[in-house]
Amino acid sequence: MLQQYAGIGAMLIIAIVFPIIVIAISSIVRPKKAAKYKYETYECGLETQGETWVQFKTNYFMYALVFVAFDVETVFLYPWAVKFMSLGTFAFIEMFIFIAILVIGFWYAWKEGALEWN
Amino acid sequence: MSDAVFTVAFYVFSAVTVLAALGVVLKKNLVHSALLLILAFVGVAGIYVLLQADFIAAVQILVYAGAVAILVAFGVMLTKRGDIRESNLANRQKWPALFVVAGVFAVIYALLGQTNWGPLAAAGPEDSVGILATLMLTDFVVPFETAAILLTVAMLGAIVIAKEVKNSK
Amino acid sequence: MENINLFVLLANWLRQWLEGVGASPDVIEVVMDVFGTVGALVFILLNALILVLLERKAAAFFQQRYGPNRWGPKGVFQTIFDSLKLLSKEDIIPKAVDKWVFKIAAYLIFIPAILVFAVIPFGEGMIISDLNIGIFYFVAVASTATLAFLMAGWGSNNKYSLIGGMRSVAQMVSYEIPLVFSLVGVVMLTGSMKMSAIVAAQTKVWFILPQFLAFLVYFIAGHAELNRGPFDMPEGEQEIVAGPYTEYSGMRWALFFLAEYANLVAVCSIATTMFLGGWNPIPGLGFLPIPTYVWFVLKVYFMIMLFMWTRWTFPRVRIDHLMHFGWKVLIPVSLVNILVTGIGIKIYQWMGW
Repeated sequence: MLQQYAGIGAMLIIAIVFPIIVIAISSIVRPKKAAKYKYETYECGLETQGETWVQFKTNYFMYALVFVAFDVETVFLYPWAVKFMSLGTFAFIEMFIFIAILVIGFWYAWKEGALEWN
Repeated sequence: MSDAVFTVAFYVFSAVTVLAALGVVLKKNLVHSALLLILAFVGVAGIYVLLQADFIAAVQILVYAGAVAILVAFGVMLTKRGDIRESNLANRQKWPALFVVAGVFAVIYALLGQTNWGPLAAAGPEDSVGILATLMLTDFVVPFETAAILLTVAMLGAIVIAKEVKNSK
Repeated sequence: MENINLFVLLANWLRQWLEGVGASPDVIEVVMDVFGTVGALVFILLNALILVLLERKAAAFFQQRYGPNRWGPKGVFQTIFDSLKLLSKEDIIPKAVDKWVFKIAAYLIFIPAILVFAVIPFGEGMIISDLNIGIFYFVAVASTATLAFLMAGWGSNNKYSLIGGMRSVAQMVSYEIPLVFSLVGVVMLTGSMKMSAIVAAQTKVWFILPQFLAFLVYFIAGHAELNRGPFDMPEGEQEIVAGPYTEYSGMRWALFFLAEYANLVAVCSIATTMFLGGWNPIPGLGFLPIPTYVWFVLKVYFMIMLFMWTRWTFPRVRIDHLMHFGWKVLIPVSLVNILVTGIGIKIYQWMGW
């Protein structure tokens, strides 16, 4: 099994090296110094005003929360799906209960407006 | 594949994990800390692969590098703060913290000493996912269902808190 | 099947040659892995070149224009000259950016885009690593792509970039769940996450028939995951310039662009493998002397044409509608699909078929 992951390791190394090579080649041929104003932050030609890294709205966080819960659910869902054929009806009902419990949470999030974008 | 390659890989992943974890603590910028935390998670995933627990490694990537990372990042964006470049500073609790950490490490070290680190008798199972699923749905049904309840409770609690934040503004 | 597979022959020949030279098994494996990866990389780059041209030509066709038509016959050399131009462009890193985060984001976007190709079966016996957790590996690796958008958006220290990056991440995480759930049905039918097993299970019936709902969910969620088509909110040009890419220029921007098209190929390849029978020939046409990898590429390009068709047909969706659709329509639908698939399989087993 580790053999296969060695292949992925080789891929990872190439995936890291390739962009670096591309940028290096580019650095040979590209002009070195650009006009002064090109180094300003782009804001449609105006000077940028105020802080960029400000406080964001809570909506994003709510989505991320529900996302994490469902992401963990997939971790349980996939092994179950693999063994679904051989495990019989009892396993199916177990999974049904598992999903049902999560759906209650999902329903609550829905009701409380956590999935509402405003 | 000879063991040398995997030994090298182990040290690379360990170094990445430890250095990234150090960076989390020492970096002054909170966002940099969060990103380095993700790198540490990925390093741990690499070590899982070397332990032949490929499914757990994928879970580590999916849940930690994919989901928890986003949660942390959004959490950082959500907080009210001054200059982000100076958001993760050390405070006066440095020495008490060091003391606590030393205590935790001592406990871990004591447990490390008791563990038998001899090589495993056989290689890891080929179809680890299937075995996991069977165990999960037969012997460990109650923890499995409890996990669902835990997830739901975590989701509900977080939504309640987030709503409070929203309403208080 | 007696189709001669050129690439497998080539790989076997290389392996035999290395054994003949007397290389140790380790060296052979490493060389084979590197060749496989380089093959995948060439495939990605070649496809990106073709796809950029195809996209522009398709857009022109849908909008009744000519599209690129200056370089070479019908403008076929356009993307080659475009990439040469990008290579020679200034690499501007604005003063205000967070340098490390800004730079690493451009490299990072590329890693998952290449790594997912490890588990894609391009043809019979043409898979770099036929992992036991195949499709789950794809799901896990693809999920990390959001990070690069977050880093690009945040690191640019530009309001458009930050808004674009945040929107992009919110959208990608919202549509990741239905995407992942839609693939569960196929795993249930196959009983394995191994890509070769999934392809082998589709020799008679492609999974698009029993899993049509899942295919539809995957197709829609795929658009959102790729930030394409009606869901290109993150880079809605009229509102936020170019979203997270705003501050990137020259080759760094090209890396984002390349990764975008690599992801398009990857998502279409997974759709082909999971729903359209992978490299299996169209039922009834198996007698034709067409190699399996040609079938695969044909199907992938069919999927890509579908993606382009939707992209240039539908107007951009508003962000609240987008989130609403993802959470309140696609997720329930994909959950119902899992339930229906489960009940269907159980009924099948009871009937004793």
